[in-house]
Amino acid sequence: MTALLEIRDLRAEVIGEGVEILKGVNLIINKGETHALMGPNGSGKSTLAHVIMGNPKYRVTSGDILFEGQSILNLSTDERARLGLFLSFQIPEEIEGIKMRQFLINSYRNIHSKDERTLLDLNKSISELTQKLDLNQDFLERYINTGFSGGEKKKSEILQMGFLKPKLCILDEIDSGLDIDALRIVSESLNSFRTEEMGILLITHYQRILNYVVPDFVHVYIDGRIVMTGKKELAEEIEEMGYSIIERELGININEE
Amino acid sequence: MSRDKEFNIEDLLIDQSKFDFKSQVKYAYKTIPGLNKQVVEAISDQKQEPKWMRDLRLKSLEVFETWRDPRFGVDISDLDVSKIVAYIKPDAKKATSWEEVPSEIKDTFDKLGIPEAERKALAGVGAQYDSEIVYQNIKKEMEKLGVIFLDMESAVREYPDLVKEYFMKAIPITDHKYAAFHGAVWSGGTFLYVPKGVKVPLPLQAYFRMNNPGMGQMEHTIIIADEGSEVVFIEGCSAPFYEITNLHAGAVEIYVKKGARVKYATIQNWSKNTYNLNTKRAIVDEDGIMEWASGSMGSEKSMIYPASILRGKGAKTETKAITYAGPKQHMDTGSKVFMLAPYTSANVDARSISIGGGWAFYRGWLRVGGNAKGAKASVSCQALMLDNISKSDTIPLIEVYTDEADIGHEARIGRIREEQIYYLMSRGLKEAEAKALIVRGFVEPFAKELPLEYAIELNRLINLEIESSIG
Repeated sequence: MTALLEIRDLRAEVIGEGVEILKGVNLIINKGETHALMGPNGSGKSTLAHVIMGNPKYRVTSGDILFEGQSILNLSTDERARLGLFLSFQIPEEIEGIKMRQFLINSYRNIHSKDERTLLDLNKSISELTQKLDLNQDFLERYINTGFSGGEKKKSEILQMGFLKPKLCILDEIDSGLDIDALRIVSESLNSFRTEEMGILLITHYQRILNYVVPDFVHVYIDGRIVMTGKKELAEEIEEMGYSIIERELGININEE
Repeated sequence: MSRDKEFNIEDLLIDQSKFDFKSQVKYAYKTIPGLNKQVVEAISDQKQEPKWMRDLRLKSLEVFETWRDPRFGVDISDLDVSKIVAYIKPDAKKATSWEEVPSEIKDTFDKLGIPEAERKALAGVGAQYDSEIVYQNIKKEMEKLGVIFLDMESAVREYPDLVKEYFMKAIPITDHKYAAFHGAVWSGGTFLYVPKGVKVPLPLQAYFRMNNPGMGQMEHTIIIADEGSEVVFIEGCSAPFYEITNLHAGAVEIYVKKGARVKYATIQNWSKNTYNLNTKRAIVDEDGIMEWASGSMGSEKSMIYPASILRGKGAKTETKAITYAGPKQHMDTGSKVFMLAPYTSANVDARSISIGGGWAFYRGWLRVGGNAKGAKASVSCQALMLDNISKSDTIPLIEVYTDEADIGHEARIGRIREEQIYYLMSRGLKEAEAKALIVRGFVEPFAKELPLEYAIELNRLINLEIESSIG
């Protein structure tokens, strides 16, 4: 079976800085799997997400990223999105003057260009998803992420994920800055919006979201590499004892910033 | 990582082809090029004006001849007034039904969608072709309420006292050189009087079309909103492109009486051989509200700063302006607010887009006088440059002569942030589409001020069509 996402010895640097920031990442995600990527702050977890999504800030120096067996390195971000990749941003951009509803529909039409659902039908789905996220319908008439609270921004990302139905969903610290109720709503929505086929890469600093979104695999990511892979229990160990257990076990130095 | 290279700057250029058509229309009379006493008297004779108006013209001519060009703004050294034909009278009588308008002229306004807009969404329309109004009509119900909506020449004849009281009083002929020019050769334009307490339910519109090369269009608009009245006035203008210079030097004077409210919306689309040296000013009395929505899209060079003089206690003004400076355009636009009474308030949101080598210059002047105790004002100007060859400047001048005012100011000049483009692309939008969407969002506060049809038109104009969100 072809993996949904396969990352092979991926190295990348920040354009203009020449500093290697991904130092040989290997990762395979199959359809329907949930992978948690954990690591201390400043370990470069977000960078991996952005390199997968094709952020033009970074240059891949070696290795490959395959999506459903095809290299996507030469594809632009929007082409990757149209293949079915989705990245929920840690800090989503605010774009004034364009309403959320309009943005969602516009994105949907781009990603699912062959889909013939009517506008009415799409609007209905959007409204339902909005309700599930415990958001007021007015939310859809607000400008993209503009003036949203931290929690609203996260919900906005999950709303987009739920509506756009990607094949691979990368969630970059979707749990950060959420209180316990918001975390529960976001997690429950995530679980109900995901399809059976969807692969998930959940990037997080803390274990607590994994109580709601149960991972099949947990990867520990330190200094541009995955240094350890385990099951759900690994996350619990880290939660209990901190990343220093990894340090001790592997004899590496962690600079927690 | 590659960005798709399909992005083409053309995608964001304003499509002016819609306005660029020329018509063969006979004219009944035109003056020789240039400006002198004979020309001024000839215009006055054509209009069979009363003496006071003829004198005002001649006095204006004197001022024009002695005054220097403004020492700021666009370079007008190319503008040779001796080559401008100040008055071209179309061979058409003033009509109150479109059937009476000569077919070549009616075709023009049909193409511009004016009769259709009138049927659908307006309370009345005035349409000027070159130097004269060729069509002017207002719904009968409005007339019954005492609303006066006339071409300026008819108003001079029919309401001499009213016109005399207000004509070039907000904008004196000595205001600047092109105000004097305007005073000498003004022609056409609209006179609107809204009686006390009358709220005009639909907008009124004036449309100005210049068809002839090398001409000047100098319409004069007066709006008097009497106490407690309300009206929305929309002004549109366009011209076909010629190789030689055209001049537009109109004047708009608005008098907002106690508790009245006027909204004046402009979508300016002059061809890129036009100098737009226009003056707009409102005098606002106690508790009156003046709203300017000013869209400057066309012209080669523009100098336009809609002004509100808040002289009554509690008077308010709001300005929403968008300026678009495309290839070869130099747009010097802005806003002027004089706060001269207590508890007045002002809000200015001016935005500009420059692209393809265009130059957008914001020039603002907010003056809070010593009497403006408790005044509140906020001025925001934002400039978006869409490439490396375009320019943008802002000079927001703020003068405050009282300690008891609350004044805020914000200015931002920049490019579209790469992160925003990336974010939208990560949702499947192509780079060009992402940029267009961001630009459209930037224009939205202005577009929102326009009636729906015009907002749609504006979006079409900036060539930024995106699926409507109305389900």
